Amino acid sequence: MRADHPDREGRWAWRLTGAITLCVYVFMFAPIIATVVLSFNASMFGGFPLTGFSLRWYEKLLTNEPVLDAFRTSMWIALVTATVTTLLGIMAALALVRFEFRGKQAINTLVILPALVPETILGVGLLVMIKAVDQPRSMALLVLGHILLTLPYVVLIVQARMVGIKRSYEEAALSLGAPRVSTFREITLPLLIPAVLASILLAFTISFDNTSASLFWRPAGVETMPTQILSMLKISISPEVNALGTVMILLTVGIPLAGGLILQSLTWFKAGK
Amino acid sequence: MTKGWKLYDQRLAWILVAPVLLLLILLLLLPIAMMTVYTFFTFVTAGVESAVLTFDNWKEFLTDSYYHGFLWKTVRVGAITAVICAILGYFPAYFIWATTFRHKWLLLLLLIVPFWISFTIRTFSWIHILGEQGLINVVLIRLGVISEPLPMLYTEGAVIMGLLHFLLPYMILNVYVSLESIDRTLIAAARSMGCTSAQAFREVTLPLSMPGLGAGLLLCFVLAAGSYVTPQLLGGSRDALFGNLIYDTIMGQLNWPMGATLSIVLFVLLGAAAAAYSRYMGLSQIMKGLSA
Repeated sequence: MRADHPDREGRWAWRLTGAITLCVYVFMFAPIIATVVLSFNASMFGGFPLTGFSLRWYEKLLTNEPVLDAFRTSMWIALVTATVTTLLGIMAALALVRFEFRGKQAINTLVILPALVPETILGVGLLVMIKAVDQPRSMALLVLGHILLTLPYVVLIVQARMVGIKRSYEEAALSLGAPRVSTFREITLPLLIPAVLASILLAFTISFDNTSASLFWRPAGVETMPTQILSMLKISISPEVNALGTVMILLTVGIPLAGGLILQSLTWFKAGK
Repeated sequence: MTKGWKLYDQRLAWILVAPVLLLLILLLLLPIAMMTVYTFFTFVTAGVESAVLTFDNWKEFLTDSYYHGFLWKTVRVGAITAVICAILGYFPAYFIWATTFRHKWLLLLLLIVPFWISFTIRTFSWIHILGEQGLINVVLIRLGVISEPLPMLYTEGAVIMGLLHFLLPYMILNVYVSLESIDRTLIAAARSMGCTSAQAFREVTLPLSMPGLGAGLLLCFVLAAGSYVTPQLLGGSRDALFGNLIYDTIMGQLNWPMGATLSIVLFVLLGAAAAAYSRYMGLSQIMKGLSA
C-alpha cells in the first residue's frame, strides 16, 4: 500500500507484495535457467548434478538431421503464416474499424474465437472436415490451420492501432483526389507500421511454437520443431534436448529484443537530430 | 475501381473482410458443425465409421464413468489452476502498478519474455526442477534431508505447476491492465477521508480491478482445461486431461465419432464458462487482455 502516509499495516502488506512478486519471478525463470545451464553440462544424462562444462551437445545438434529438418519446416510454415495472416488481418481490421456494416459485431466476436477455443478442438475440427471430403493431411492444411490460430492476435493488434489513426488524414487525401489504394499506401500503412511489425513477429512466434494443433494437422512423417522436441522427450531427457532448447530460447528471445533495441535506437537517433 | 461508391461503402467493407470471413467459416464454423454431425455417426472399426445416425456415442459418454472421471478431473485442475493463478498473480500485478521503481518497463518486459519462449521448452524445463535428477531432489539428497528422490514429477501437482507457469503471465497482465485504468486520486481520496490502507485497498482498489481478475480467471480456466502438452509431459498416465483423451481417441483408437463427441463436450463446457462470464463482464475485457 504505497500511499502518501503508509500505516504500519500498509508497510507490511507492501513488503509481502514485494516478496511474493520476487518469488513469482523466480518461479517463472528458474526452470528456464536450469535448462540453459544443463545444456552446457558434460554429463551423459540430461539432469543434475553438474559434472563439467562442455559444448559437445551443441556440436551434436548441428549434425542431427531430423532436428535441422524440423527447424527448416517450422521456419517455412511460420514465414508463410506470418505473411498471409498479417495481410488478411490488416484488411479485416480496416473493415472492422473504419466501416459500419451489418453483422460487424458478429464478425468481431467470430475473429476472436480461434484464440479461445482449445487447440485440440480446432485440431479435431479440421481433421473431421478433410476426412469428410476424403483428403489426406497436407502441408497446406497445416499452414491454413496456423493462419486460423494466429488471426485473432493480428486482427486485435492492427485494430488497436487503427483506432488511434484519425480518419481525417485519409479523408483529406481522398478529398484531394488520391485514389483509395495510394491513400492506403501513403497515409494509412506508414502509420500502421508498428502494428504490422508486431503482428508479423507475434504470428511468426505463435506459428513456430505451436504444438498441440500441429500434432493433429501435420502430414505423416513431417515434424515441426515443437513436435520434434516432444518426440525426442518421449525417449529421455537427453542433454541434446537441453542444447536445442537453449538455441531456441536464444533465437526467440534474442530476435525480438534485438529488433526492439534497434527500433529504440533509431527513434533516439532521429530525436537527437 | 470504386467510382460511384460512397466513402465508407458497405461493399468495400465486405470485400476487405471477405477473405477472413471465408477462412473462419471454412476452418472454424463448418468444422464445428461437422463435428456435431459426426457425434451421431456409427463407429464401425478403427478409422471407419458409417453415416448411420445413432445416439450411441452420447449414450456411452453419458453413462460411462470413465469419461465422467476425465471431465471432473479437467474441471478440477482448470479451476484449481485458475484460482492459484489469481492469488499468486495479483501480487506482482499490484507491485508493478504501485511501485515507484523507475524501470517498471523491465518488470513488464520480463512478463512478456516467457511468451516468446517455446511452450514445449518451458514445460519440459520443469522436469529439471521436479524430476529424480531435478534440482530439488538432487539438492535435498546432497543435504541428507532425504535418501530417496521424492516422486514429484508425473503427478497432478506437477501438471498444475506447469500450467501455473504457463498461465501466470496472462493473469498478471490482465490484472495489471485493469489496475492501470483506475483513477489513482480515488485511492488518495479514500485515504484522506480516514481509510486505513487496508480499507482503501478492500473498498476501492480491489473492486475496481475485478474486471481484470475475472478476465484472467476465465482465460486461465479455459486454457488450462483445454491443455494437452502439459499433462502429456509432466503428468503420469492417470493425470491425463480431456485434451489428451480426445487426442488418444482420435489419433490412437481412430474412433472419430467418439472423438468428435468428446470435442463437442469440451467445447460446450468451455463455451458455457465463457458465456456465464460474458453475461457479467462482457467480452471486451478479454480482448484487452489478449492484446496487452
